[in-house]
Amino acid sequence: MLLKLAWRNIWRNRHRSLITMSAIGSAVLLAIVTVSLQQGVFDNLVKNLVSLYTGYVQVHGKGYWEEQTLENSFSINDTVCQTVLQTPGVRHITLRLESFALASSGDKTRGCLVVGIDPVAEDTITHLSSKISAGRMLQPTDEAALVAQGLTAKLGLQLADTLVLLTQGYFGSTAAMKVVIGGVLHFGSPELNDRIAYVPLALAQHWLDAAGRATSLVVGLERAQNLPAVAGALKKAMPGDLETLTWKEMMPEITQHIEADTAGMYIMLGVLYLVISFGIFSTLLMMLAERQREFGMLNALGMPLHAIARVVFAETIFLTLCGCLLGIALSYPVVWYLTRHPIELGGDMADIYERFGFEAIFPAIIKAKIFTDQAITVLLIGLLLAVYPIIRVLRLKAVEAMRK
Amino acid sequence: MDAVIDAHNISKVYNPDTIPVYAVNNVHLHLNRGDFAALVGPSGSGKTTLLNIIGGLDIPSDGWVEINGVNITGLPPNRLIDFRLHNIGFVFQAFNLIPVLTARENVEFIMLLQKRPKKEREARVRELLTAVGLEDKMDIRPAQLSGGQQQRVAVARALASKPQFVLADEPTANLDSQSATALLDIMEKLNREAGMTFLFSTHDRRVIDRARRVSTLVDGRVTKDEPGTTPSTTA
Ligand SMILES: Nc1ncnc2c1ncn2[C@@H]1O[C@H](COP(=O)(O)OP(=O)(O)O)[C@@H](O)[C@H]1O
Ligand SMILES: [Mg+2]
Repeated sequence: MLLKLAWRNIWRNRHRSLITMSAIGSAVLLAIVTVSLQQGVFDNLVKNLVSLYTGYVQVHGKGYWEEQTLENSFSINDTVCQTVLQTPGVRHITLRLESFALASSGDKTRGCLVVGIDPVAEDTITHLSSKISAGRMLQPTDEAALVAQGLTAKLGLQLADTLVLLTQGYFGSTAAMKVVIGGVLHFGSPELNDRIAYVPLALAQHWLDAAGRATSLVVGLERAQNLPAVAGALKKAMPGDLETLTWKEMMPEITQHIEADTAGMYIMLGVLYLVISFGIFSTLLMMLAERQREFGMLNALGMPLHAIARVVFAETIFLTLCGCLLGIALSYPVVWYLTRHPIELGGDMADIYERFGFEAIFPAIIKAKIFTDQAITVLLIGLLLAVYPIIRVLRLKAVEAMRK
Repeated sequence: MDAVIDAHNISKVYNPDTIPVYAVNNVHLHLNRGDFAALVGPSGSGKTTLLNIIGGLDIPSDGWVEINGVNITGLPPNRLIDFRLHNIGFVFQAFNLIPVLTARENVEFIMLLQKRPKKEREARVRELLTAVGLEDKMDIRPAQLSGGQQQRVAVARALASKPQFVLADEPTANLDSQSATALLDIMEKLNREAGMTFLFSTHDRRVIDRARRVSTLVDGRVTKDEPGTTPSTTA
């Protein structure tokens, strides 16, 4: 009965309630869409980033990330590889031997990063074969290279042309080799597209005089959520001469970027909800003012103040809940649409993203938690705001209320 | 006689520390079961204040009220609310009904507060709304009823809780004379047939004439207490 009364009371001032609900609904809509887009962007960013090159976790020789030289490489150890592979949450591993080098052809020379890889294992983590725009994937015994398209262009080369790679080997001697371009890679990220070349691991080890050595062990996870657990386990399990780094540690600027952006978003949402709270509150105040006499009459008849307060409480909750459901109902199709039709950024923002090495495409994600979080936030606001009218009702004096 | 209301030297002083206003000044009032009594007096004479005190809505500055032998003046607030719910029927001048409930629901509401069983509630709502001549308006909300009809619903609701007596503060003040007469007819009938005790305040000539007992209040004091057949001089 009290609930029925509360429900009907909401519709007493239909316009005011509808306006309040729409305001709450729009805030929820805006919040859900913003958060879904933002998390979508970051999830996408991280996924791209990680599958582009670094993987979620890497194991290196101690000090390698600080100073990326062959001196900080490690000798490949089967026990270590098995330990990593058997860590729960780990799906794949792949070994790399990386070195900066000069690539030249004729009178053209460019700096580049040469990465010795296990083609099969590498492909499971970074899907290298999907980036091939011409030619074919490497075989472990090939004496060929996969060269990024920007680099080939700068060197004026094409598929099946030959280039010379020049650097310093593990023991300090000059290392030079001639390789054929077996495939051309295309990366969305200019950073990779202009400066990376892959060769089979064995070839790189031979070239660099670094038999049995690698600079990085890249770890692929079963699911992104496993990251903290896997990183924790590896940090404990790895011997003292190896270091375990997550993508967050390898690229702190990305983490900072995400955190700053997220904080900015929450501040914006906070302001939005503050505005909405004032709206709900003013509705509650008007409702209270209008109904003093009615509350007085009900109390005079014998309805306890706490029962009247429960009605007012239920009204507040109904009001916020309806607004909230409205927002969720409206936002679901919007978010769904944005997952299918990502927003493509242009201009400066796109440049910034591309400088980080990402395509400026913004697909939203649908996550139940985003919806429930907003619903809970709004309900909490409702609960908080309901305190004042409840106190007012509990302090009501029937005689005075009825004289007004 | 069977006393329902016994108000002993009731006084109510507002602003006792600054300029004291004696809204009610040393009033005695005694009502027997079955009375049909009017409290008469001009505006500001203290009628509402006195009825509020008798109805347990307000606390007197002095004196005490016994209802059916129970001294209600000393009751703690929550006991008082419960006492009102079970012993006193109220009809106010205006804003009597809950606007979002139908006539039926308004009458039933008081019995819901009393936690009466559904069967009993339904039967009694029908019986009372029929008694006040609104059997065909049961599912209509107050806004669609005339002022007189609204007051009749209020009377039905006042009786629904099976109170000791009904207090009605200027129940006809907002009504035209025809509706006022109709309301009085109904109250009189309920008094005669159901034996319900009524105490109502008014300054309406036609209403005063219907009372079987009239107490006249002037400036918070009872100046006359007599059978209603004697015409009162107070306007
Ligand atoms: N809360 C209050 N504070 C001060 N004076 C009051 C208050 N309530 C009533 N009064 C005064 O008490 C007197 C009696 O008022 P009331 O009982 O309403 O009379 P009536 O119902 O006969 O018109 C009036 O003079 C009124 O101004
Ligand atoms: Mg009055």
